[in-house]
Amino acid sequence: MVFRMVSYGIALSDAKMGSRIRLNRIDIQGVMRRRLLDLGFVPGNVVEVIQKSPLGDPTAYRISGTTIALRKEESSLIYGELEGEDAE
Amino acid sequence: MNTYTIALAGNPNTGKSTLFNTLTGLRQHTGNWAGKTVVKAEGEFVHNSSSFRIIDLPGTYSLYSNSADEETARDYIIFEQPDVTIVVLDATSLERNLNLALQVLEMTHRVVVCINLMDEAEKLGIDIDLAAISRKLGVPVAAISARSRQGIPPLLDLVEKVAAGILVPQPLMVRYSDETERQLAELEPQVRCILGTRFPSRWVALRLLDGDENLLSSIKARMNEEGIRPEQEVVSYGRTACH
Amino acid sequence: MAAPLATNSPDPLDSLLEAARSAAHGTAIRDGIVSDIYRTSREICSDAVKVRDKQKLAGTHKLDKVLTSKLWGFPIMLAILGAIFWITIAGANVPSGWIADFFGIIEGYLTAGFQALHAPAWLHGILVLGFFRGTSWVISVMLPPMLIFFPIFALLENFGYLPRVAFNMDRLFKKSGGHGKQALTMSMGFGCNAAAIMSTRIIESPRERMLAILTNNFVPCNGRWPTLILLSSLFMAVGAVGGLHTFVTAMVVMGIVMFGIAVTLTVSWVLSKTALRGVPTHYTLELPPYRRPQMFKTILLATRDKSWNVLKRAVIVAAPAGILTWILGNIMISGTSILAHIAAFFDPFAHMIGLDGYIIMAFVLGLPANEIVLPILLMGYMSSGAMVDADGLDNIKDLFLQHGWTWLTALNMMLFSLLHYPCGTTLFNIYKETKSTKWTVLSAVIPLVIAITVTFITAQVFRALGWV
Repeated sequence: MVFRMVSYGIALSDAKMGSRIRLNRIDIQGVMRRRLLDLGFVPGNVVEVIQKSPLGDPTAYRISGTTIALRKEESSLIYGELEGEDAE
Repeated sequence: MNTYTIALAGNPNTGKSTLFNTLTGLRQHTGNWAGKTVVKAEGEFVHNSSSFRIIDLPGTYSLYSNSADEETARDYIIFEQPDVTIVVLDATSLERNLNLALQVLEMTHRVVVCINLMDEAEKLGIDIDLAAISRKLGVPVAAISARSRQGIPPLLDLVEKVAAGILVPQPLMVRYSDETERQLAELEPQVRCILGTRFPSRWVALRLLDGDENLLSSIKARMNEEGIRPEQEVVSYGRTACH
Repeated sequence: MAAPLATNSPDPLDSLLEAARSAAHGTAIRDGIVSDIYRTSREICSDAVKVRDKQKLAGTHKLDKVLTSKLWGFPIMLAILGAIFWITIAGANVPSGWIADFFGIIEGYLTAGFQALHAPAWLHGILVLGFFRGTSWVISVMLPPMLIFFPIFALLENFGYLPRVAFNMDRLFKKSGGHGKQALTMSMGFGCNAAAIMSTRIIESPRERMLAILTNNFVPCNGRWPTLILLSSLFMAVGAVGGLHTFVTAMVVMGIVMFGIAVTLTVSWVLSKTALRGVPTHYTLELPPYRRPQMFKTILLATRDKSWNVLKRAVIVAAPAGILTWILGNIMISGTSILAHIAAFFDPFAHMIGLDGYIIMAFVLGLPANEIVLPILLMGYMSSGAMVDADGLDNIKDLFLQHGWTWLTALNMMLFSLLHYPCGTTLFNIYKETKSTKWTVLSAVIPLVIAITVTFITAQVFRALGWV
């Protein structure tokens, strides 16, 4: 691990419903990381937080024109910066 | 009559099975969820003066062999080398779907991109400039609504032309970072030298750089099976003779 | 060029691998590759794709705000399930009667034909009372409910509701150690457990896939719906008349299904704490946009597929079973049929779990397909001397009553049907998918033990309470 003086912003799991996050770090390794990459969870992409499941978890996210549900275990390890409402 | 083999590739739930059913008259089950098709299906149909054997590959998000499905789809495209690979894209989520199309373009140039669910995109207020996409990807693009059988004949015309070599696509190659491109430039000639032109050398080099070592063992097994030997000008100290 | 490769020279492919490793300097480049591909995708889309109206795109989200909301998510799910059962039960009754009547008339003609030809009684017995009646039974009881249930289910599936069910229920599966997509494979189980076993391939983690395989038969399939519907309608909804009767029947069936889901979660939980220990793996679930199903086509296809399926199983499995049952019921050993001997053998055990020997025998002989359990039972009862014309639902109830049935018998038969070992085809698929004799055997033994335990408890408790 290389220590860097960069703010990673907030985790997806902490983002409010409706907010938009520009991803900058994914702290998951192995197959799940590759799966997330394939689904569009790549640095630079913007994720919109859509909706929580009735039981509070998982949460649905809008990414690259699709809706993907993630559990807290994963979404708490995906970080990004909050985007303004109109940013694209 | 010419007989061609075509493969259907695409993300899960893009309507590949619906298209397959429409083309072959067979009935694979369809449903609106990712992963509905788990078994590779095969059928046949005739269009104009050609007959086609068509294989419905499992729907995958990528072809990096993260899972058995992805490996099946990848191996089919690389080893069976269908005359045409139709990449089926969901018009309502093109951005994610193009990800897979771009991967297929690195593996074969004989591709027809088929944008399905145009009716759904229309309903969602999404406009798609087909000509622009075709221009950028460098391969023919057809728009269809497989469920209502719209756009099928033009799609098949394109497929037939590509299969017969009348239309030769010039697919877009994704440009990677300078570092990756430099590594590719170093490795690709060696790949071409050892494996010949049977496999797409840039793609193989990229997979190797990504550490996909099981691809090589698949290639090895495949070559043994077919009795093809890799380039044999091997000099005694173990370096290949070609540079 | 044609010289054989010297065996001691390094494989050129291996040297290629070496070259790749040294070129990559051991750095992971996957992130960069995928990011660059996505950047390219985005560039293409930003030029070629225009969203005219963002409001329309939000439609799916709006619907999800309701269908997966904290307040409405579960009530709507239950209401949809209940409504499907209600429509199925309300709609199947009348056509079932018609088909049974129709086959009854044909049977009359066949019998007359056999008499006219002076055919021996045993031939008439095997072919008409065994083969024909067995087959027509399956068709008249199975076909109508299936032809209503599955098209409706297919409509829901094509609409895109199933992933939402998985989304709503994921937390429950996670707590029980299973995979969220287990909800999808369970939904497939409603149609056919054997097919559902194949669909568990969507679960990549072997441990969680095994959980989904081992618990799939707690979802009642095609072959068991009619048993559940028939028995709850005959015994559980007594006293309720007209529309209320249908409603109560639907609620009982739904209760049974909910119980099956509870058992699924419990068994998953126990297994993931014991034999299949492990932490839940990662999970992603795509929620596709809702699509309006093509009503006509979906209904037509589902109807055609299911009717074909039911007819095929009726002829392939139910017919020989009908013949076998007739033979067993008509070969006498010391004045009693073989069937009765077998039933008598199972009787003491069966009594402990609130059933009788004939029911157990029907489940044993019904191993090849759940569809034939009920027909075998009825033929068993009929061959044991009760001369009942079994072509009407009331007559069936009389037949059961003559054999000492109470509502407890019906309840326990439903529970046993819900919980017992999967059918032969399913077991075969489990073996094919797991390649393990041990897990295949367990996938039969675990449900059987649960079925016996549960029915034992209900039988003993209700008897002790003096309710029966």
